[in-house]
Amino acid sequence: MCSEHILEQLKPIVEEWKGKEGSLIMVLHAVQNHFGYVPREVSLQLSRLLEIPLARIYEVITFYNYFKLEPPGKHRISVCLGTACYLKGAPVILEEVKSILSVKEGETTKDGLFHLDVVRCLGCCGLAPVMMVDDKVYGKVSKGQVMEIVSKYGKEG
Amino acid sequence: MLIRAKINGIEVQVEKGTTILEAAGTVQVKIPTLCKHPDLHASAACGICIVKVRGSAKMLRACCTPLEEGMDIITHDPEIISVRRTVLELILSKHPNDCLKCGRNNDCELQKLAADFGIRQESFKNFLSPLPPDDSTGTIVLEPQKCILCGRCVDVCQNMQNVWALSFLERGFETRISPAGDIKLADSPCVRCGQCSNHCPTGAIVEKDDTNRVWAALQDPDKYCVVQIAPAVRVAVGEAFGYPVGTNLTKKLYALLRRLGFKAVFDTNFAADVTIMEEGTEFVERLTKQKGPLPLITTCCPSWVDFMEKFHPDMIEYFSSCKSPQEILGVLAKTYYAEMKGIDPAKIYVVSIMPCTSKKYEIKRCEEMFASGCQDVDVSLTTRELARMIKQAGIDFVNLPDEDPDHILRDYSGAGVIFGATGGVMEAALRTAYFVLNGKNLKKVDFEELRGLNGVKEAEVQIDGKKIRVAIAHGLSNVEYVLNKVREAKKNNLEIPYHFIEVMACAGGCVGGGGQPYGVTDELRKKRAGGLYQDDRDCSVRFSHENPYIKKLYAEYLCKPLGEKSEHLLHTHYKARPVYVK
Repeated sequence: MCSEHILEQLKPIVEEWKGKEGSLIMVLHAVQNHFGYVPREVSLQLSRLLEIPLARIYEVITFYNYFKLEPPGKHRISVCLGTACYLKGAPVILEEVKSILSVKEGETTKDGLFHLDVVRCLGCCGLAPVMMVDDKVYGKVSKGQVMEIVSKYGKEG
Repeated sequence: MLIRAKINGIEVQVEKGTTILEAAGTVQVKIPTLCKHPDLHASAACGICIVKVRGSAKMLRACCTPLEEGMDIITHDPEIISVRRTVLELILSKHPNDCLKCGRNNDCELQKLAADFGIRQESFKNFLSPLPPDDSTGTIVLEPQKCILCGRCVDVCQNMQNVWALSFLERGFETRISPAGDIKLADSPCVRCGQCSNHCPTGAIVEKDDTNRVWAALQDPDKYCVVQIAPAVRVAVGEAFGYPVGTNLTKKLYALLRRLGFKAVFDTNFAADVTIMEEGTEFVERLTKQKGPLPLITTCCPSWVDFMEKFHPDMIEYFSSCKSPQEILGVLAKTYYAEMKGIDPAKIYVVSIMPCTSKKYEIKRCEEMFASGCQDVDVSLTTRELARMIKQAGIDFVNLPDEDPDHILRDYSGAGVIFGATGGVMEAALRTAYFVLNGKNLKKVDFEELRGLNGVKEAEVQIDGKKIRVAIAHGLSNVEYVLNKVREAKKNNLEIPYHFIEVMACAGGCVGGGGQPYGVTDELRKKRAGGLYQDDRDCSVRFSHENPYIKKLYAEYLCKPLGEKSEHLLHTHYKARPVYVK
């Protein structure tokens, strides 16, 4: 991403918020929505444009779970660790996903295909243990099914 | 407005706004705390300073709660002590307990509290941060495992120094102190001032220890080890040996360094006098012959130089090209001294004892730090490292006799020694500038208006009918005000607000340097500076240009200030550097 291109995209966001109380978090929201995460190049530009030290920008980004520093994967896998799923063996499912994809929770695979998140309750405890890939819910998942589910998305590229 | 309250049943009267912690001090109660420091804001981070108000079950944090009219405060009872102990145990549950291997062993606020509270067991399971140490700057070492998240370093770095290298990242259990984006300190805006290490209550940030390199060099038959001591070291090192703060130990240090094995002992104060000859002349040339833009800005402080190169590169043209005294002494030892003594400069090994962590960076800052043909200063140690070396050697420092320094890079003027206090470089330079402009010496040598701990000091000095306006800033957060006044005037084509500006990165100047003994406060800074000003008053020569050894140096070797040889050996250049390398 070249810096002029970023600047062009940041201009309207910064113009709207510069100098206003609480501007940083609003600008970061706009950036997160626009790019899907907050790239370092963008933070460096924001630091200059808003005259806010980069350290403060990172304090805010890393404090709030909503902001991401890495690009999101193409597919988001959410493994539920809510009480019901937990009791029904979700930790085993989570470990299986982590080992198949070689990522930790909150990380994206190197090929950018999957992002793994742990969530608390997806609202369908009757199907525990539950995992979601994008908008699709998979219920009563067994360890053996994980590979099958993940590979469906892998094939699509 | 005064308010009246009680602390442990004792009546107190304090100004409204005084915190319970401060008020307790007036009735001889020192409430323990690991996060509050007199230099810094109260953050209520550690939770050790809890107290109770009689009749209420609630516990208050004394560091950030103002005393109110009629309050009846209890600072110790079995419950308070038990809660404090639990808080301490929780802090210790995220802290390694290998104190014996720690840089702060025996000089650690956490260790001391653990001892005071009689911690005898691990009540909670120990969780240690997996983050590795960061020694990338070569000056300070950040050890996240030992961090108790008190926030002092962050407050120092962001607010006292306005550097913003360190920040709190993440939240809850994941919280850590790190540069933005978990990059290495060397790639961050860090200017290596070491104030974080000086304010850290534990061993989470310490100076990089180079003492073993010095021991090895002293043992090496092929090396001719020489040493220099900076002004501020002499009035601070005694704190590690029970001396009253501010005791001047110059002559004991000369004896000590010889006994450690150095072949020649020099004084950085001598080089400070050289700095004045060069910088003072540079100032006069810019003032009277327009040989460069004004204001002239001092450059003795490597953290300030680094800060300017990163954050204020538009000011480079105003910077004095003169090297710092550490570097001047280094290069003169390997040229002038080497020639006089007939020693191969490649064999000379220059060690400097500095109040500063940043001086470790300065010795390789750019190619001009190799002006003698090899690295001019080989190793730079902090005051704290020197204190350790003295103890390792088992030398009874307190009972050492006084001795004199060596040979030619030795005697200093009173102007040289005050370099260690904020305003000192300016005062020394003005004493010599007055002489260069007027051909005679000042009658009243002391510039009281340039001394003291105000963050920015502005003064107007009459020299030869000319009004010289000067500004002094110390603590990097105070620089912006001065620089912006210069920028504003330039932008509007107005007369410059100052002719001469002195900046020191650390509050109080070098006496409050990042490599000085721990526990710095304004009271200590004043006492250490007081020791230097006393030394100045005791000097028979109080002008750099009247130091007979300086005269000899110029007569025998350098010819004249800003001459060809001086330019080659004693001057340097600056360049804009990125704030973030990554």
